[in-house]
Amino acid sequence: MTGAAILRTEGLHKRFGDLHVLRGIDLRVAEGERIAILGSSGSGKSTLLRCLNFMELPSAGRVFFHDRPVGTEETRGGATAVRYRERDLAALRRRVGMVFQSFNLFPHMTALENVMEGPLTVLRRGRGEAAAAARRQLARVGLEDRADEYPARLSGGQQQRVAIARALAMEPEVMLFDEPTSSLDPELVGEVLGVIKALAEEGRTMLLVTHELGFAYHVASRVLFLHEGRILEEGPPERLMKAPREERLRTFLARFSEFSF
Amino acid sequence: MAAFFDWFRWLYEATGINLTILYDAFDRQRMVAGFWTTVWLCLVCIALSVVIGVVGAWLQGSSLKWTRRAVQGFIALFRDTPPLVQIYFFYFGLGALLPRVPNAYGIPEPVLTNVQWAIISLSLFAGAFNIEIFRSGIEAVPRATVEAAEALGYSRLRAYVHVVLPLAFRICLPALNNNLVNLVKTTTLAYAIAVPEMLYVAKQIWSDATNVPEMMVFLLLAYVFLVGCVVWVMGRIERRLKVPGIGL
Ligand SMILES: Nc1ncnc2c1ncn2[C@@H]1O[C@H](COP(=O)(O)OP(=O)(O)OP(=O)(O)O)[C@@H](O)[C@H]1O
Ligand SMILES: [Mg+2]
Repeated sequence: MTGAAILRTEGLHKRFGDLHVLRGIDLRVAEGERIAILGSSGSGKSTLLRCLNFMELPSAGRVFFHDRPVGTEETRGGATAVRYRERDLAALRRRVGMVFQSFNLFPHMTALENVMEGPLTVLRRGRGEAAAAARRQLARVGLEDRADEYPARLSGGQQQRVAIARALAMEPEVMLFDEPTSSLDPELVGEVLGVIKALAEEGRTMLLVTHELGFAYHVASRVLFLHEGRILEEGPPERLMKAPREERLRTFLARFSEFSF
Repeated sequence: MAAFFDWFRWLYEATGINLTILYDAFDRQRMVAGFWTTVWLCLVCIALSVVIGVVGAWLQGSSLKWTRRAVQGFIALFRDTPPLVQIYFFYFGLGALLPRVPNAYGIPEPVLTNVQWAIISLSLFAGAFNIEIFRSGIEAVPRATVEAAEALGYSRLRAYVHVVLPLAFRICLPALNNNLVNLVKTTTLAYAIAVPEMLYVAKQIWSDATNVPEMMVFLLLAYVFLVGCVVWVMGRIERRLKVPGIGL
């Protein structure tokens, strides 16, 4: 494998009550990798991403950040459980950025303030420094002229670009994108994908859940196909998407009739 | 100014409308002092009750079962009992249990004055309602917005202070408005433990001058004015905080 592993999972399981969503995920994310995650609805794509920055706590298995296990193992009354302290999780999330399907901007802050928030509150940067950095991030996503608008006054595509700038402002080592264009009108998808593509070309490490197969094909360095909580098939996009081995992946790809390379 | 005051003496002599608080220096000073006592009660109780509301709503979201239950019990106690009974409970009940301490002249005095008991009692009363009000605002903040903060590395407390509260506050401002107006009116209950606020002073004055109707009208107008001030300030805050896309 190329590069040092930034994130790694071992035997990751996630249950919601009786629902067994992730059923043993072993994943290694090396520096500079761009991993696209495909899978039908309910296959556990979002849950996997959310376990990587601990928005959901794994039911079993471990997550390693730079080869150090997150959480501490504790034995109580014979049973061993992993304890996740809020402080440790917050420290990890600072270095792992996340972009949501529904943007989730802070509605009471302008675009600029949204982007400044993390550095200001979490990294304790000075106001001037944070503002200057935030303007740079907004320029990068092409929104320097909308810096003082509130989210409600921005289009979906613009909101998602602000959300990307907000995550980037923390200078994360990995970016997690969970269907970043799924709630956008078709004509707005391109501007967001353009921003993500530029990040990929900079060599940024990212995991991207998407239904934009063409985009995954051109941008990803590796593609995972998730099915019923397991990685059913993985490989480089040309191989996996043009010559899928698994029957289920074949039927999944066939559903995207408009998909062409 | 003297001419202005004298006009009211003339008004009394001509029509019998007896506004001693305007032409009589002693009554005027009493009423001015009473007015400021009421204003002081209002400001302190508003501030404390909002703090109680914010902290209580935070504790209500605690993961510890007993913390949540304690807050629930506190709300039930102060929301479901009459405020006058609460004031009596604090002043005559708790106040009697506390030890007396000698003052500068060696005379034993209660640890807390009646004004302090009124402040404690009224703040807790309004605070119990504020907890519920803030909680309803907090529940209206989308979970996804809080998650966005957590994904940036916010602790639960930081997310509460920087994201949840500012949004919840905007959502619950109308309800908070109502409760604070109620609080201003409820300060008159401090009368019952001889706190020299407006109602108490008015009663002293009308006992001396037998001008009950005049003092009543004055009191009503004074409270219309005070509540008007609160509503005006809250309106300014509301306009300042107004942000597109958040319903106020
Ligand atoms: N917090 C939760 N509580 C209970 N069940 C959940 C929770 N989150 C997800 N699930 C369930 O877990 C399963 C996998 O959900 P997940 O969101 O990971 O799927 P997905 O692959 O991202 O699907 P989609 O393409 O629709 O986003 C679904 O059946 C979902 O209902
Ligand atoms: Mg999903």
